[in-house]
Amino acid sequence: MGLVLDFSVVLDRWQALLDGATLTLQLAFIAVVCGAAIGVFGAIGRRSGNALVERLWGAYVEAIRNTPLLVQIFLVYFGLSSLGLQFSAFTVAAVALTINVGAYTTEIMRAGFDSIHKGQIEAAEGLGLSKAQIYWHVIIWPGIERVYPALTSQFVLLMLASSVTSQISAEELTAVANYIQSETYRSFETYIVVALIYVALSFIMRFGFWLLGLALFPRRRRLGTPL
Amino acid sequence: MNAHVIPPAAPPNAPVVALRDVHKSFGALKVLDGVSFAVGRGEVIVLIGRSGSGKSTALRCIDRFETIDGGEIEVCGRRVDDARLDVRALRQDVGIVFQSYNLFPHLTIEENITLAPHAVKKVPKAEARALAAKVLAQVGLEEKLHAYPEQLSGGQQQRAAIARSLAMQPKVMLFDEVTSALDPELTGEVLKVIEALAADGMTMVLVTHEMSFARGIADQVVFMHKGKVHEAGPAGILSSPSTPELAQFVGTGL
Ligand SMILES: Nc1ncnc2c1ncn2[C@@H]1O[C@H](COP(=O)(O)OP(=O)(O)O)[C@@H](O)[C@H]1O
Ligand SMILES: [Mg+2]
Repeated sequence: MGLVLDFSVVLDRWQALLDGATLTLQLAFIAVVCGAAIGVFGAIGRRSGNALVERLWGAYVEAIRNTPLLVQIFLVYFGLSSLGLQFSAFTVAAVALTINVGAYTTEIMRAGFDSIHKGQIEAAEGLGLSKAQIYWHVIIWPGIERVYPALTSQFVLLMLASSVTSQISAEELTAVANYIQSETYRSFETYIVVALIYVALSFIMRFGFWLLGLALFPRRRRLGTPL
Repeated sequence: MNAHVIPPAAPPNAPVVALRDVHKSFGALKVLDGVSFAVGRGEVIVLIGRSGSGKSTALRCIDRFETIDGGEIEVCGRRVDDARLDVRALRQDVGIVFQSYNLFPHLTIEENITLAPHAVKKVPKAEARALAAKVLAQVGLEEKLHAYPEQLSGGQQQRAAIARSLAMQPKVMLFDEVTSALDPELTGEVLKVIEALAADGMTMVLVTHEMSFARGIADQVVFMHKGKVHEAGPAGILSSPSTPELAQFVGTGL
């Protein structure tokens, strides 16, 4: 026996790999931005004190956390088409990933918002701030700061999980890999290269979130406190 | 008295804060059992009493952090017990500082101070910053403008919290045991700031366990016991109490 690896035919297709990686990052970017917005509203909803609103958000979170991502993707895919709506695989993938990460982000942000001490909120109320102002200045930003590492991990996980959208032929990195290995018969080599690209993408995302954290949380930057 | 004489809406000598027969329970626990006292303009009222006697609750009712079950509370001409009260307007007139300094940890001292004037009163940013510098000088912290709360000592944080309240230019200040969480050597600097405020004519209601401080600053002492005003009068009652409960309280120094 002897393992002979030949990467050349895989690396020859670097343009396709780069396109796939770019699409993966685009999917992740859209899902993270929209999912973070859902998470903020979801967390506020989960803490609203209104039983109906809390239950609806709770049902959404539980539905997502207790079903596989692939099934969620198919549900969005076939759900939209059964309504007679035709969207590109990319759009369907972006929507499904957003719905998925929105639920996890809701739970993480809720934990962050809940961690803000009651005294902070009373101090703000005592100064005459409105509910919305208190949320914005006293709960949302410090709350996100507390759970920022967990959010970062969740978002990186989402980027990796986006490989599942290859199942509906979104042209992201894993779909490109499937195509390359079927063309070259160099499956092992293909997936080694793709795995390394995913590692690189993870590092890029983590670095991006680190930079974003410096911008969002000036106190950490000034005092040198790690997140 | 002539029942047909209609009193003026807001007589010039009307109290800034008045509690009349205030009742408040938490579930089955009666915490305020017919509490009455009034604070005139520029007056300093000190609430004293054992832990659990209802001092904090009384203070919190004034700023509508608790709603009362019976009686009346009037603050700056507003009926605080009115369900239709504009709570945010009330809180622009009332400054409150709590035991644990609740500065916003993610904001600099300047940002802590400018937040409410800018967000609530729409004071322009530059003007709010000038205001911050002014109130910080008032509490002796002008050099801490750009520091974060965690870079300050407990006493400094409490002074900054007082400055933050002052920036809203309240008509009355409420202090709830503002030195209780501090190391003994840091209480003095905070009490000095409060004394300076009193000397400036600020109307204040404060809860404290510092008896010598209370003696020096109080225009009126209100001793609370089991949810009632058990004894009230000028600071002199601390030296010559007329009820055994106050005598015991002052005697134990607690
Ligand atoms: N939000 C609340 N819910 C239930 N009980 C409370 C609440 N706030 C205060 N109490 C109770 O009311 C009593 C009076 O409390 P408080 O006004 O804080 O007293 P003090 O400030 O004089 O120590 C205490 O027995 C306290 O446990
Ligand atoms: Mg108390």
